[in-house]
Amino acid sequence: MTSADRGAGLAIETTGLSKRFGHQLAVNSIDLAVPQGSVFGFLGPNGSGKTTTIRMMLGLAAATAGSVRLLGQDMPGKLDEVLPQVGALVEGPAFYPFLSGAANLHRFDAADRHASPGTRRARVAEALDRVGLSHAARKKVRAYSLGMKQRLGIANALLSRRELLILDEPTNGLDPQGTREVRSLVRSLAADGATVFVSSHLLAEVEQICTHAAIMSVGRLVAQGPLAELRQAGTAQLRLITPDAGAASGVLVRFGMTPVIGHPDGADAVITSVLPGSAGALSPNGSRNPGGAGGTGGTGERDAAAALEAAPEAIVAALVADGVRVRGFAVERGSLEDRFVALTGEGFDVAQ
Amino acid sequence: MSRSDQVSEHGSRTAKESGREGSVPRQRASSRSFLASELKQLFRRGRTQALLLALAAIPVMIAVVVRLSTAVPPGRGPAFLDRITQNGLFVGVTALIVAVPLFLPLTIGVVAGDTIAGEAGHGTLRYLLVAPAGRVRLLLVKYVGAVAFCVAAPLAVALAGAGIGAALFPVGPVTLLSGDVVQPGEALNRMLLIAAYQTVSLLGLSAIGLFLSTLTDVPVGAMAATIVLSVASQVLDQLPQLEWLHPWLFSHYWFGFADLLRQPIGWDSFTSNAMLQAGYIAVFGALAYGRFVSKDVLS
Ligand SMILES: Nc1ncnc2c1ncn2[C@@H]1O[C@H](COP(=O)(O)OP(=O)(O)O)[C@@H](O)[C@H]1O
Ligand SMILES: [Mg+2]
Repeated sequence: MTSADRGAGLAIETTGLSKRFGHQLAVNSIDLAVPQGSVFGFLGPNGSGKTTTIRMMLGLAAATAGSVRLLGQDMPGKLDEVLPQVGALVEGPAFYPFLSGAANLHRFDAADRHASPGTRRARVAEALDRVGLSHAARKKVRAYSLGMKQRLGIANALLSRRELLILDEPTNGLDPQGTREVRSLVRSLAADGATVFVSSHLLAEVEQICTHAAIMSVGRLVAQGPLAELRQAGTAQLRLITPDAGAASGVLVRFGMTPVIGHPDGADAVITSVLPGSAGALSPNGSRNPGGAGGTGGTGERDAAAALEAAPEAIVAALVADGVRVRGFAVERGSLEDRFVALTGEGFDVAQ
Repeated sequence: MSRSDQVSEHGSRTAKESGREGSVPRQRASSRSFLASELKQLFRRGRTQALLLALAAIPVMIAVVVRLSTAVPPGRGPAFLDRITQNGLFVGVTALIVAVPLFLPLTIGVVAGDTIAGEAGHGTLRYLLVAPAGRVRLLLVKYVGAVAFCVAAPLAVALAGAGIGAALFPVGPVTLLSGDVVQPGEALNRMLLIAAYQTVSLLGLSAIGLFLSTLTDVPVGAMAATIVLSVASQVLDQLPQLEWLHPWLFSHYWFGFADLLRQPIGWDSFTSNAMLQAGYIAVFGALAYGRFVSKDVLS
């Protein structure tokens, strides 16, 4: 696949994109591929480089290395052609506190040399209506709550018809109701055919609306791909409750597992183990790395092959056949949240 | 947002059809509208109005003090102060002279220093740039805004002076520095000419302020630096040891408008001043361009 083929269907494509602040590599050679028409979650803890990446995409900051293409055009070279089709919220909303909400939008629209002055009033009113701020249009932004400013920031991104929306932490400062509204707004934008690139440090807030996601950790892109693939990449955990710990362990080892035996309440043993074949790691470019848990070499290879195919029911059958009294059995697939935490370390820690 | 969801489909089509026709005349109209937006924002802002009011207060203060006090012996206080009681037109001229060294540069420093740094401080700079305003276009619009203020500031002093002078004192023919006598209408023209001279005088300082404003995200810093430079330039202009430097100081011709009060009007000083200011605009405009076009906007 040549890079031209890849570029054709991509709303955002970065290649080796890096940004250095002094000694610190805030963004470390990331290759993002955001398909056209996707709702793309850009996830990562605070300080992992999301906003810096977005600044480089929009031509606000120069990349230390690497390149960006937005809507098939080079940035920042083609900035004037590209940005009119892009609506953005960067590092939170920012407005003139001494102007009303509507006056602020008029101001930003006037700054866009491609926006028609004739339709400005109508477009401002429509954008305000779309985020539910019509009633506060005449109020000075100084008197807005954080949530209202956030909505106004989104309204600013919607002043014209956009092919691409880049929303940096759009749910910051919103109450649960506001968060739900933003989600439904993002869905409606996507339904209109726009690509929506939405960053967040809270996975749960965007997980429900995304078709694709990428995960940042300390400036690196550690995973990216369709959401379904990312979910699958999470390891599945087996949990077995039985009084026959020894026999059960023997069976599980035959399946290529490394069981951990615990006795939480004394009577029955609780055995946990990673289910083989479930830990196919996703490489940053989104392709699944096959045989993540497979053994290598010699006799282990056949066992591993068997283990990869081991369905939970086959394991239970083998346990029962060996006379293990199965009192509880469950296979729990890790949530995307678990994966997020696993990839980024402690989910809410601020990266250096 | 259920209510707005219903309108969105229809509405966004409207925006597409009417809001995105990038034909050239439309772009020009849009550039005008950005400049209009900048001027409106500048002059509707409380701070700008307060600055203009403070400038207008100078002649009012002078006039009221002169009106309430006994005659001053000639030669003391600012030039023309002693002539005010005989002719109210001198209020404006006196106030314009008083405002030159500090008040005018101070207000210009505030406006020019705020141009880019003020936007950065509010965080609105990034939204103007992604609109996209265009970095060069933004710089130009900001400078034109500062120039508009350079027109407004001396004008505020002159007009307030003429108004209060006419209200508190008699108005009559004026004797020029050359000894010729002109009618009040012509005298008013001369005063506006002095205001125009001061507008030109302040253009270089505005360019310096614009450049300093691209260096920081803290508007107060750029404002203070601009004002300090205006004072420094005047101090250097006083030191005889630096005679060679004097013609290059942007404040060198700030007081050189006496020739506008002669018959016929002498334009030499006006021309020299204009050329010097043009030089400052070129140099600091280029510096501001060089800095701003490649600047990382991280505010
Ligand atoms: N202007 C700046 N100067 C120096 N370091 C910065 C600057 N902006 C961001 N950083 C650093 O870059 C890293 C990434 O920041 P950022 O992109 O804002 O993260 P995120 O948006 O994911 O929270 C952080 O470690 C931050 O300290
Ligand atoms: Mg951020």
